[in-house]
Amino acid sequence: MTAFKKEELLIAAMARLLRGTRHIAVGVSSPIPASAALLTRRLSGGSTRVSILGDPSNTFWSDGGKELFDCAAQGRVDAFFFSGAQIDGSANINLVGIGDYPQSKVRFGGSYGSAFLYYMIPRIILFRPDHNARVLVPKVDFISAAGTSPPEVWRRGGPHALVTGKGVFSFDRAVGRFTLESVHPGSTMEEIKDATGFSFDVAPDLKETEPPDAETLDLIRGAVGGEIAATYPKFARETLGVAT
Amino acid sequence: MTGWTSVDELVAQIPDGSRLALIRDGCGVAMTATRALLRRGVQGLELVNVPTGGMQTDLLIGAGCVAELETSGVSLGEYGAAGRFADAVQRGAITLKEATCPAIHAGLQATEKGAPFLPLRGILGSDILRFRSDWRVIDNPLTDGAADPIVAIPAIAPDVALFHCPMADDAGNVWVGRERDLVTMAHAAQTTLVTVERRYAGNLYDDATLAAGTLSSFYVTAIAEAAEGCKPLGLPNHYDEDEGHLRAYAEASRSDATFAAYLDQHVMRTEVA
Repeated sequence: MTAFKKEELLIAAMARLLRGTRHIAVGVSSPIPASAALLTRRLSGGSTRVSILGDPSNTFWSDGGKELFDCAAQGRVDAFFFSGAQIDGSANINLVGIGDYPQSKVRFGGSYGSAFLYYMIPRIILFRPDHNARVLVPKVDFISAAGTSPPEVWRRGGPHALVTGKGVFSFDRAVGRFTLESVHPGSTMEEIKDATGFSFDVAPDLKETEPPDAETLDLIRGAVGGEIAATYPKFARETLGVAT
Repeated sequence: MTGWTSVDELVAQIPDGSRLALIRDGCGVAMTATRALLRRGVQGLELVNVPTGGMQTDLLIGAGCVAELETSGVSLGEYGAAGRFADAVQRGAITLKEATCPAIHAGLQATEKGAPFLPLRGILGSDILRFRSDWRVIDNPLTDGAADPIVAIPAIAPDVALFHCPMADDAGNVWVGRERDLVTMAHAAQTTLVTVERRYAGNLYDDATLAAGTLSSFYVTAIAEAAEGCKPLGLPNHYDEDEGHLRAYAEASRSDATFAAYLDQHVMRTEVA
């Protein structure tokens, strides 16, 4: 097996979650999700469209910032990525602050479009490379965007999976719980239980996260690396080994 | 349209206490004008970020010019947290109207249409909604009986919109290109103030290609020439952001003392960014 970096494992794992999508949008400051989206486009033979905020060569929008939200509202975006200062076991995310609102102990930027996009985009992938109990909490201090909704509330979109530095979880919206689907090479289920502040289910066929094969690694370090270098030159150079 | 003027006279048209709409980074942030506004010592602004803020918002907050802020998020992007924003929120020094991006777009569009509100799906279950007493959940009035809760976003009516564009012509028409949010801002605001890189010789409406990206002088109150008017931020297809300067600002914004030194050196003493 070819040696690979953790980032390359995460890119390949997220690309598997994006299979079959027509249009993936990626927010700012997201080199690993953007790489996963570009890998998905490569593997789809170019049929998957990728929109990367902040990359003019990968955005078609010409109707202002509202066009992304209007696109999503009409079901024209299939996948998107959220992070969270805190993520809880019901897939609520907090992008606002730690402690009592509004005078939080720690204040972050804000919720951005999350409160809306979580309802509109079918495959929201939650991504947090550092997996620990400070981030994965029983209950978030502020709900920027709610993971689940009562049945009378119109909702097309929502949490599809949670990818961390230790494993991959799926999310069952009917039950409102995460299920651990795979453990990354080098991690164990016990370690994940200790590092997770909420309870979750474990898939009966729990696997090891499939490492990227040689062909996928070539794509990540080659074609995808070249494309991502336009927006994230440092990441392309230092992580994917692209000459920039 | 009152016509072409100087940057200082332009910002003189922003009274203390104005509700001021500002565009997000990378779409024409009027930084030269913002520094002039800071030197004037503007007070009590109610900022509306369209729909997010960066260094411009952090500067105005740090300098004590802001009473209220409506925003979906404030950060210095890859340079890190907006320190003066975070500090002011934690101290309760400003009134924060926490929002989400499409709600700010919808609020401005409601004003464009002369409507009291626009309804939006999503948002339900978020603490944003819980803390926004001015946002209301209504039942979709067009369904027959079945419950269908939807959020009514009230119209956002700025007193002033301030932004920067590549060019404007002698008649006061402004070329916004593909930055259509600037058009929405101008339609929604009572007063629209614009700085531009340069004057365009001729009338923008005479060229069909340029006319499609043009905001009519009908919506524009005053224009001032300010070359490199977004710096140290960037203007797409014109110049990149000044990474070294933004990194230094991110450092400076971490404390009151280092911010005060930045303000003195880069804003109050000289116009050179």
